[in-house]
Amino acid sequence: MKKHLLSAGDLSRDDAELILTTAEELRSLADRPIKKLPALRGRTIVNLFFEDSTRTRISFEAAAKRLSADVINFSAKGSSLSKGESLKDTALTLEAMGADAVVVRHWASGAPHLLANAGWSKSSVVNAGDGTHEHPTQALLDAFTMWRHLGNLDGRRVAIVGDVLHSRVARSNALLLRTLGAEVTLVAPPTLLPYGVDGWGVETSYDLDGVLPKADVVMMLRVQRERMNAAFFPTVREYSRRYGLDGRRMANLQDHTIVMHPGPMIRGMEITADVADSDRSVIVEQVTNGVAVRMAVLYLLLGGSEPALSKNAEGDE
Amino acid sequence: MSTTYLIRNARILGGDAADILVEDGRITEVGAGLSADGAEIVDGEGLVALPGLVDLHTHLREPGREDAETVDTGTQAAALGGFTAVHAMANTDPVADTAGVVEQVWRLGREAGHCDVFPVGAVTVGLQGERLAELGAMADSAARVRVFSDDGKCVSDAVLMRRALEYVKAFDGVVAQHAQEPRLTEDAQMNEGELSGRLGLRGWPAVAEEAIIARDCLLAAHVDSRLHVCHVSTAGSVEIVRWAKSKGWNVTAEACPHHLLLTDEKALTYDPIYKVNPPLRSAADVEALRAGLADGTIDVVATDHAPHPHEDKDCEWQAAAFGMLGLETALSIVQATMVDTGLLDWAGVAERMSTKPAEIGRLSGHGRPLAAGEPANIVLYDAGATRVVDPTETASLSRNTPYAGMELPGRVVATFLRGKPTVLDGKLA
Repeated sequence: MKKHLLSAGDLSRDDAELILTTAEELRSLADRPIKKLPALRGRTIVNLFFEDSTRTRISFEAAAKRLSADVINFSAKGSSLSKGESLKDTALTLEAMGADAVVVRHWASGAPHLLANAGWSKSSVVNAGDGTHEHPTQALLDAFTMWRHLGNLDGRRVAIVGDVLHSRVARSNALLLRTLGAEVTLVAPPTLLPYGVDGWGVETSYDLDGVLPKADVVMMLRVQRERMNAAFFPTVREYSRRYGLDGRRMANLQDHTIVMHPGPMIRGMEITADVADSDRSVIVEQVTNGVAVRMAVLYLLLGGSEPALSKNAEGDE
Repeated sequence: MSTTYLIRNARILGGDAADILVEDGRITEVGAGLSADGAEIVDGEGLVALPGLVDLHTHLREPGREDAETVDTGTQAAALGGFTAVHAMANTDPVADTAGVVEQVWRLGREAGHCDVFPVGAVTVGLQGERLAELGAMADSAARVRVFSDDGKCVSDAVLMRRALEYVKAFDGVVAQHAQEPRLTEDAQMNEGELSGRLGLRGWPAVAEEAIIARDCLLAAHVDSRLHVCHVSTAGSVEIVRWAKSKGWNVTAEACPHHLLLTDEKALTYDPIYKVNPPLRSAADVEALRAGLADGTIDVVATDHAPHPHEDKDCEWQAAAFGMLGLETALSIVQATMVDTGLLDWAGVAERMSTKPAEIGRLSGHGRPLAAGEPANIVLYDAGATRVVDPTETASLSRNTPYAGMELPGRVVATFLRGKPTVLDGKLA
């Protein structure tokens, strides 16, 4: 493992599989009465959030605390227009406090990259979502969830549907799922696919109905209503008709196919309530898995070379 | 009493070695084995002599952002880069949209004395793109403005652009357009390509530049006026300008050194030192710009020297300012990309960095041949030298060079402004 987790593309297949198997071990903690391990006792992890994200912050906080790390939550809200303290000064402050790892969520693409490489700090940096760039731990928890339901992901077909253009989740998933051998199809109206997406090594489609019957996984992305005002699509109703996942479309899925969503969902927009609450939906489980995967990431980045739980390890290299 | 200088054995425009005698601000004799009593000898052995360089596109930041650059420091950088004249862009604070502001900038340039400063006048009041600034007053002022530009912003309103093109005909002015369709580039951060999609940085599509250039060429033709296109950055733009020229229309264009060398791959670092407007483009665009500059489609190299204080570059890409330094490295970049590649000879460099820009700016005292009777604006350049760019060595108040640590060919040894050295032995005189 590298020192930082900035992009899902930085992970080799071995790295990714190590995180998934470690997460599997750690997930079993959730079923125990005492959910805490001493693995990171005395280590300090800072959750540095320049953008609100209660669910991601809580997930990282729970992960760090279950590993007995000390957690500092640092909310430094500010937009590019009303800048508060600079990223540099914040980084220097955290460095002075002796943070071992910084989990950073930022509105600017590349901010975690800067934090890791500008020489301001020696901490490990975990990207918890940067602008419209990446969200690697989300991709890891998504892969983990797929892996638990489908086993090996080689040759599995994953449809990622919705606002790919503005989605850091889609970028990280496309990178990681390729590494793990899955076949990814990005499905969106042409306006919501990034320019140059042909170079990503994934399939693209404008036709959801054509993609669904073959998919093993359908991942729906959030689509903000406001995109309508910038002419990405004409109306919410038209978007839902063409790209929303409803009961009728769900009926065309294979029996084993699972439905995912990184949250927060906009019910009635990209996904209907009957789909979100159906047996195929693993949306709530994604949240549980998020804690386990983030525990695995923090554990491995902060020097855990030995298996986190089992004393009778199969060997650590 | 001005000193007489005898430059010995310099290769004029890279040709055979000759001596150049400089007296009272003029070149009085050019030839082999000259002598003059009491003249200060400047050894030109192995150096290329070019007419003093003229920049059509410089941001000197004064008035308003004296923390980034002043007329004094910016013109020092210019002299060190071999320039004897720069055009100071209008996007200062206050904007150079009145005779008062352009005269102030012009006067500051004269007082500093490192290089002639020709202020560019804003096309519209406050660069707001709403109504014309008093172009005539600026033209008639002591600063004698001939180049008008809202650079930094595009005159995107077609009617306003048409009127500006028409209006400047009264005093032989030119409108220098910053070609950027604003709606297509809202919050744009880098070249729109595969990389912008991957990096999650909002794209600045080539079409946003090309669409404006095409429109402006047609407007200039329609009203029979003079258009200059600032910082052309795409292959498509080169084609459009080539097409306009083939029609015989009065369109000129500039390319910036950084667009001749660097590509959008630099954004992979997320280091905003590489953030510039228009953005660094693809390798194919770089090739097309070089070819366009070589065949004369692109008339001039202009630096778009854009100083910014450290904190505006030491931050997130999205929060950072656009722009990079250029004056002190321009000639080296042109050597590396155009001369050392065999695309241009030194006469071609002189034309694109001195003669043509002076012509476009209607400067009578610059861009003249190195011949007897001409003003002694001369740069002596050691094309055989190499140097590693050290940002702390710049004369500019800012440090935002994208070439830090890079080894570049060539070194400006001396610059003469009307017979007076502004730079000698590579240092400010």
